[in-house]
Amino acid sequence: MDETTSSVWEEMKNKGYSRRDFLKFCAWMGAFIGVESTGISSVVRAMETKKRPAVIWLHLQECTCCSESFIRTSHPIVADIILDNISLDYTETLQAAAGHQAEAALAKSMKDNWGEYILLVEGSVPTGEDGVYCCIGGKTAEMRLKEAAEGAKAVIAWGNCASNGCVQAANPNPTTATPIHKIINGKPLIKVPGCPPIGEVMAGVIVHIMAFGTIPQLDGQGRPLAFYSRRVHDTCYRRPNYDAGLFVEEFDDENARKGYCLYKVGCRGPVTYNACGVTKWNEGTSFPIQSGHGCIGCSEADFWDHGPFYQHLASFPGFGIETTADKIGLGLGVATGVGIAAHAVITNISKKDEINEHIETSSVPDGDREGE
Amino acid sequence: MKHKEVPLFRVYVWERPVRIYHWINALCILVLCVTGYLIGNPIVLQHGGNDASNHYFFGWIRFIHFATAYLFLFNFLFRIYWGFVGNRYANWKNYFPYSKKHFQNMWDVLTVDVLQIRKKDIETPGHNAVANFMYFITFLAFLFEVITGFGMYSAMSDNWFSDLFRWVIPVFGGDLILRMIHHAVMWVFVVFTIVHVYLVFYHDYVDGSGVLSSMAGGWKFVSKEKFLKKNQEKAAEGK
Repeated sequence: MDETTSSVWEEMKNKGYSRRDFLKFCAWMGAFIGVESTGISSVVRAMETKKRPAVIWLHLQECTCCSESFIRTSHPIVADIILDNISLDYTETLQAAAGHQAEAALAKSMKDNWGEYILLVEGSVPTGEDGVYCCIGGKTAEMRLKEAAEGAKAVIAWGNCASNGCVQAANPNPTTATPIHKIINGKPLIKVPGCPPIGEVMAGVIVHIMAFGTIPQLDGQGRPLAFYSRRVHDTCYRRPNYDAGLFVEEFDDENARKGYCLYKVGCRGPVTYNACGVTKWNEGTSFPIQSGHGCIGCSEADFWDHGPFYQHLASFPGFGIETTADKIGLGLGVATGVGIAAHAVITNISKKDEINEHIETSSVPDGDREGE
Repeated sequence: MKHKEVPLFRVYVWERPVRIYHWINALCILVLCVTGYLIGNPIVLQHGGNDASNHYFFGWIRFIHFATAYLFLFNFLFRIYWGFVGNRYANWKNYFPYSKKHFQNMWDVLTVDVLQIRKKDIETPGHNAVANFMYFITFLAFLFEVITGFGMYSAMSDNWFSDLFRWVIPVFGGDLILRMIHHAVMWVFVVFTIVHVYLVFYHDYVDGSGVLSSMAGGWKFVSKEKFLKKNQEKAAEGK
């Protein structure tokens, strides 16, 4: 671990980037994190003067897809700058050190930057059986997270595992996988959900913190508004088909070939908050809907449990798979119809005397006729 | 057949605002159920060579649903207001089963009209006790649908009113689950409507009090003797 306290600009200069490259990077990032063009200068100033932040990246119960996504951010400078220039002092996947060396590096980094470092957490925390399901360096995931969070300036929950529990927390959740916001208190926490989150979104969140020293504006669920304020549906290029009522009904039908809306084959776009429609994936190449498959809602809480993925309305809990609210509702409606028919029959039998009495006492006397 | 005179008293039960509320509400629920069902299970336009720019079919369905939701909400709020200023049959207190008498009346209706294991003459010019309780439940369902519906709407609108419901999605943990519950509760209205219409016919037939037409003209017919006796009791209680 080097001891430099240089800024991003100084680092870039040392690496041989030109001033022009640096300004391009700042403008690109500024646009990405949603500042106005007039705000680019403050990004430039921050990158010129601010000491790069120390970063500790914990890998708990996860599959590393968030890291994989992050190192594939579309702009080559992003991965370069982020990985080289923010001092990434500890991350199991990317660090060179191992074993005791790694532990020592973590301890040193925490001590040197106490209260200043940014803690990035990938993965959920299994709390079942005293946390035996995930132990690293002789400590449970929960112990490591609590220790590291203690001295953090801010905590970022990478991906759906850290944000919502994701696949490990899916029913029946055998390891009692818990999202990190339920473990740590009293620290600013940013959730960057997705399975994985978009690499550019991850870079954008970090650059925001680097540039402004504050956490980005968050929504009611703790997600950065810049990336999660709109539903995939709102920015989907197939949206006009939805409004027109043009839907795919089978993946091999004519409507699928025409690229109509995937709503009826289970697309979760209308209920999923993410930037896929705008930022897209793999250097802005495509995103699931563009490839002809509906969104599975991977940045939403409990998306694994709200299946099946190819059905728009989730199965109704307690009735087995593929039983929707509509099937149950229709059943109830029919049962009610049968019930009232039976009730009507019984009424005519059990209230026969009463009704006959009413008829008798209200009848016109014999012999009377109107007009007489 | 002998003609026996049964003196009936004509009671003005449902005031005009209550009747208007009822029919606006009925229309709103019908429209909301149909459009809501279609939003969950849309009809697919299937003409060859369709281009999205020529159509706004689903957009209109959703627009009708949202616009009707506003009407439904304000109509409902008006009815709550009328519960404080309207006549005794419209009073808000009727809807909460709080007294022993109310529970006794509910038991009577359940055994006499629903299960039909007992015979007793129950005459209530307004709603009977079970009906009141069921309306209380449907009011809760109204409230629930309004809150979940505007909660989802807040994600696609910048309107200050729907912004008041921004807290709903985080409470439920996501749009998908909110959508499913909102959709499922629609069936409560469908089942309610079936039972409601049946029971109106049932009471019209069994009681002969003119309940079927009462929501048009406001009048019901009750036994003069009992009605006056009850009024005297009420007056005595008042003193």
